[in-house]
Amino acid sequence: MLLGTPTADSSRLYALTVTSGDPAWAGALAGVALGLPVYHITEDEVKAQLAAADYEQQVALMESVMDVAGIGEAVRGVREGKG
Amino acid sequence: MDLKGKKIIALGERDGIQGSAIAQCAKGAGAEVVLEKTYCFV
Repeated sequence: MLLGTPTADSSRLYALTVTSGDPAWAGALAGVALGLPVYHITEDEVKAQLAAADYEQQVALMESVMDVAGIGEAVRGVREGKG
Repeated sequence: MDLKGKKIIALGERDGIQGSAIAQCAKGAGAEVVLEKTYCFV
């Protein structure tokens, strides 16, 4: 699962929803632990695999106004089971 | 995590990065995009 969410909070919410289930218990995935590996497209280990031209054209502009470090920390935390 | 050959769900957000942009980048890295969505919460 590759995310393009704009904030750390939304990234954590999406990531939790597709790993351990909807944390708000509001949607269809409440209590459903899909356990999908989840990454944000701006994380270094993903970014390093993408074509530089694609990244520059599709992602770079939004990346410049996003809290990339906070988003990465949030998604990595979910991946490592720290929520 | 190696994207090449992996099946990918590209989940974008209108106020962030669009699903189509994620999909294009992932395809370029050799991944197979099985679902692409862009959500909007405004």
